Amino acid sequence: MNTSTDRSIRIGAGIAAAILAIAFLLGGFVVLLGAGDQAPDFADLLGDAYVRAILGFTLLQAGLSTLLSVLIAIPFALALHRARFFGKPLILRLFLLPQALPVLVGALAIITIWGQNGVVSRALASIGFGRLEVYGLTGILIAHVFFNMPLAARLIVAALDRVPAESWKLCGQLALPPLTVFRLVEWPALRQTLPGAAALIFMLCVTSFTIVLVLGGGPAATTLEVAVYQALRYDFDPARAIGLSVIQIVLTTLVLLATLLLGRDPAGGFGLGGKSRRFDVKSHVRGSLDTALVTLGTLFVAAPFIAIVLSGLAADLPRLVTEGAVQRAALTSLGVSLAAASLSLFVSVLVLLAIEALAHAKRPGVLRRFIRISLETATSLVLVVSPVIVGAGWFLALRQVTDVLAAGPYVVVATNAVMAMPFIVRIVGPALRQANADTGKLTESVGLTGFARLAFVDWPAMRRPLALAFAFAAALSFGDLGAIALYGSNDFVTLPYLLLQRMGSYRTADAAGLALILGLIAVCVMATVERGFAHRKDVAA
Amino acid sequence: MTMAAQEMDGGMPRNDGCEPALLLDGVRFAHGETRMDFDLRVSAGEWLALIGPSGAGKSTLLDLVAGFLRPASGQVRIAGSDVTELAPAERPLSMLFQENNLFPGLDAFRNVALGISPRLWISKADRRAVEAALASVGLEGYGKRLPSEMSGGERQRVALARAFLREQPLILLDEPFAALGPALRADMLKLLAELRRRGGGMPKTVVMVTHHPEDAATHADRVAYLEQGEIVAIGPARQMLSGGADARVSRYLGLPGENV
Repeated sequence: MNTSTDRSIRIGAGIAAAILAIAFLLGGFVVLLGAGDQAPDFADLLGDAYVRAILGFTLLQAGLSTLLSVLIAIPFALALHRARFFGKPLILRLFLLPQALPVLVGALAIITIWGQNGVVSRALASIGFGRLEVYGLTGILIAHVFFNMPLAARLIVAALDRVPAESWKLCGQLALPPLTVFRLVEWPALRQTLPGAAALIFMLCVTSFTIVLVLGGGPAATTLEVAVYQALRYDFDPARAIGLSVIQIVLTTLVLLATLLLGRDPAGGFGLGGKSRRFDVKSHVRGSLDTALVTLGTLFVAAPFIAIVLSGLAADLPRLVTEGAVQRAALTSLGVSLAAASLSLFVSVLVLLAIEALAHAKRPGVLRRFIRISLETATSLVLVVSPVIVGAGWFLALRQVTDVLAAGPYVVVATNAVMAMPFIVRIVGPALRQANADTGKLTESVGLTGFARLAFVDWPAMRRPLALAFAFAAALSFGDLGAIALYGSNDFVTLPYLLLQRMGSYRTADAAGLALILGLIAVCVMATVERGFAHRKDVAA
Repeated sequence: MTMAAQEMDGGMPRNDGCEPALLLDGVRFAHGETRMDFDLRVSAGEWLALIGPSGAGKSTLLDLVAGFLRPASGQVRIAGSDVTELAPAERPLSMLFQENNLFPGLDAFRNVALGISPRLWISKADRRAVEAALASVGLEGYGKRLPSEMSGGERQRVALARAFLREQPLILLDEPFAALGPALRADMLKLLAELRRRGGGMPKTVVMVTHHPEDAATHADRVAYLEQGEIVAIGPARQMLSGGADARVSRYLGLPGENV
């Protein structure tokens, strides 16, 4: 096989894989919109006061969540980056964890800390204030800040780490005061990162499902995503579900376009950061302020984890672990997550190999460039078409031909697989790109193709990031509630679904125990990911 | 390299009657598996060039002097004062890096003014001093230009002007002109030499890292050769660069002869 044939095969396989992913993401809706009998009346839908209220609340909660997450993250990240103390790496690691924590577990922990009987409410009551009402906008905002403030902080720390070492040295040598350092060095770095970070967080909050489902507390605090789920699961109004889904897709497409324009980098938060050496002029006032900020931020993020552990340990863990339903749910979760991670990895790698083949084509051309950009976009499409929306589309489409719940496991595996694609591409892509930059010409010149190229060039470069990507994809799928919420049944129960059931039936102790088990597994997987990243420099971070 | 070896190899005499401009006495630095040991004495008004392969410790030595790295043991003295525990801002020196010597958001005038007014509260006297410093490096009328609007050579001139304005006795050059073409690099070094000669604020003592033996030959009084975290040979520039001082230096310079 010559190199040209090899390249064509790679490109062809990648295009086929991308088409498969796109077909899965949008297929359900295309079928439904084409069928006509369930097509929604958009004018009617947009004229509906309740739908307008949902749309308004979706934007309001996402906007406020983004604003709060970023505004809190800025002083915290600046203080953390400035400060040098034993344990700083631990705090940076702690700030990676919310991204790994299953959202349902996090929501439960937020209730434990911030709920009516939580630590904060009790403290407020003891000094004469009223207790916090966590259900509604307040709870949604707290939870979104818990999940996204650390992400924003890590993106900011990563941006500060990208400041040339000489700039920090100059600040130290010239004894620049804090405000001048902020103006000349920190703010320019922040200014480049904040729009992208804010757009990313806004996107995550617009499509937030589990938090709103658990903490929304009623019709007054419902988002489009949850409304789609309710339209199907409770009202069974397919036309409304389709209409709301389309509105959601339009909204997220607009946000994604804005995000792309602002230079979003979803993988940016994986880096541990904190590597820069700074030489700020010593100041006791600023030092104390930094200590206070770092302590408060760390407490805010650590408290829910502590709550998960304490509540979980108070549960009857030995009974839970030996309970048949829990074991079955754990095995189901394991099976779903391994299958989803494998599928996701397979499709993503095919697309990545095609992207690289196109990037190094001898005759680039407009068509090849278009295909390459399309392939790159396809891997991020799931950010626009969220898991609940994908699930809803196939739920309605499959209902016409088969037993929806019987098809559930396949749809959940496929949904979780496409959900992990943007992350896998950003973890593995840079390594593959580097390998091609280093040895691409040599590989071409010696005519290495097919399996030999895969084994001797691509595999050594991808092996380690692939393992990390697999672990991350498995962790994502393991904790996901989006797809399973629609397809879950008595015969198909995952751990997050079981946790939701126990919460719904007020078996609080069981829920706390399950949350601990789920959280532990997810965090262990994430720790593996982080450990791998700590040794890599070529991963987008 | 011990002090004794330094003397043997033709280094500056130890007891020359005045405090050295720079003294590294048993300075030991360790980071991971890297171990470095430095003993060095630079007289006031001397120009010392540091040469050696990549990773030999040349930039580390400068960072130790500037306070960007702390030694595990030993003492760093500048103009007679022990600065080992002092922060970079408290050390009487200026340092020029290979790049990023200017803040991109500030124009040339303000980049220079930072040298005397870190808060950029610029008095009339400061303004005159900054303008004079810019003029001294041939950049009259460049005050309002941003770094992005200047050439590489012009940017390094601005950095030189700031060093000139700071009036410190010692300047450390971590290859600030390495990215410039040969002619421009030679011009910049000539300018620095000229500014030193003219007096005023320009530091008199220079410690310069270089990969260009011809630069050392033209300007340096002495050359120190570093290998694996140690100064293994030091001596008058002419002797060192002719290959007569040490076989390792000759090998590094690629010189033919008996020593190789």
